[in-house]
Amino acid sequence: MKNKKNLLASPFIIWSIAFIVLPLCMVFYYGLTDKTGAFTLDNIISIATAEHSKALWLSLLLSFISTVICLLLGYPLASILAKLGKNKNSLIVFIFILPMWMNFLLRTLAWQTLLEKTGVINSVLQFLHLPTLNIINTAYAIVLGMVYNFLPFMVLPLYNSLTKIDPNVINAARDLGANGLQTFIRITLPLSIPGIISGITMVFVPALTTFVISSLLGGSKILLIGNVIEQQFTQASNWNLGSGLSIVLMLFIIINMVVTSLFDKDGEGAVL
Amino acid sequence: MGRIAKRIYIILIFVFLYAPIATLIVLSFNASKTRAKWGGFTLKWYVSLFQNRDIMEALYTTLLIALLSSLIASVIGTIACIAMDSMKKRPKSILLGITNIPMLNADIVTGISLMLLFLSFGLKFGFGTILLSHITFNIPYVILSVMPRMKNINRNTFEAALDLGAPPLKAFFKVVFPDLLPGILSGFLLAFTMSLDDFIITHFTKGPGIDTLSTKIYTEVKKGIKPEMYALSTIIFTVVLLLLILVNKPEKEEKKILH
Repeated sequence: MKNKKNLLASPFIIWSIAFIVLPLCMVFYYGLTDKTGAFTLDNIISIATAEHSKALWLSLLLSFISTVICLLLGYPLASILAKLGKNKNSLIVFIFILPMWMNFLLRTLAWQTLLEKTGVINSVLQFLHLPTLNIINTAYAIVLGMVYNFLPFMVLPLYNSLTKIDPNVINAARDLGANGLQTFIRITLPLSIPGIISGITMVFVPALTTFVISSLLGGSKILLIGNVIEQQFTQASNWNLGSGLSIVLMLFIIINMVVTSLFDKDGEGAVL
Repeated sequence: MGRIAKRIYIILIFVFLYAPIATLIVLSFNASKTRAKWGGFTLKWYVSLFQNRDIMEALYTTLLIALLSSLIASVIGTIACIAMDSMKKRPKSILLGITNIPMLNADIVTGISLMLLFLSFGLKFGFGTILLSHITFNIPYVILSVMPRMKNINRNTFEAALDLGAPPLKAFFKVVFPDLLPGILSGFLLAFTMSLDDFIITHFTKGPGIDTLSTKIYTEVKKGIKPEMYALSTIIFTVVLLLLILVNKPEKEEKKILH
């Protein structure tokens, strides 16, 4: 019986090796060789060139800012949702699932229409006699696009960890004389750390590696590390360099994962 | 926080999330071809949408890939969950760790890695390579939806069915499968949605001459998006919205009775 059951795992094991493990090995192989197939570290060291390191720093900066904004916007939202009770499930569907059925590229492009000099937002601001916003094709627009696209990924793990908190613990704190703020800082916040950490990963990784948001909202002048890598594969056809830069990118993702697993040992902040 | 302040906060977030969607819906009725100007109300894009072979073909490819990839991922993922359930802790956690790779890794790296794999094995880029890639990133969503359900399964009932003479496969479908079904369904729906909304991985694994809606939109960005795209998105969005309302309605009535 047991052997038979283990046999059942084989389709998934074969699939994982063929399409998850092997492809990653290919990235390492290309990243660590040159066009002739000889071993080299040049592709990885090229991250230090002015052009590439500038793109990497800008990506790190923008994704950091977006993650902080998502956390600040998402935490209150998640805690309101967690306390709502009955019909919150449909609200969650409307926040997370429904928008995904409108194509992600079109939704991001729609921000162009909203943000343009003569766009919707500026018309409203002018009507109210307020100063207009000129952020399209700047880094600000990219941050806005990142927050817009990845906010749900922050809210969901936060919501999951907040609903797991036993209300009796909070009631006990209140009974013992803690005020609202003290209860939040000493009880709710520490108990929601797995959700915070998981939310940070879920926002930071896609924001760090995006090339779509920057090319749609940042004009053609702002290059993020994702754009640099994408160009190596689609325009320059320099797969070795592109793979080398991907290895650098994965290094940051791994650092992020290690930090996550330190804080969230039981996988409590898991998304699903 | 007061109750009104909470309401206002939720409404503001909704405005932020839905403003672009509202914009796209408005644009689908815009008679002027450019996004920048309002040229009056029209339904002509909804008519010409159905005559636009390119868009219709891309829609067909998108739906077919989403359907096939989430179906195959559901089968492989569910079988994997059943197998992992009786595994020892070590191999189980290794397998779950591998499952998490496509979810935690950047889409761009997943896309590139699959592209390099297909290139080195000389596969022809097209429908097949897109399908393989989508199955790969869909399996984790199924596993993560089905895995929590495994805890609810009572092994004794399965063994009782076997003792009473049911063949294992029949015992599985009669006893275990109904308990797993909600998890499989939500995994399937999640996988379908993810496949539908994917751009980055498809971008790297598609060949010339085949497009999903996402890659079609991306190539149109520079030339200007065809207004028919807005019309199509509005139709899809409205259909899903209506389905969601239909699904949620009976629940609400039940609640009214209960409270």
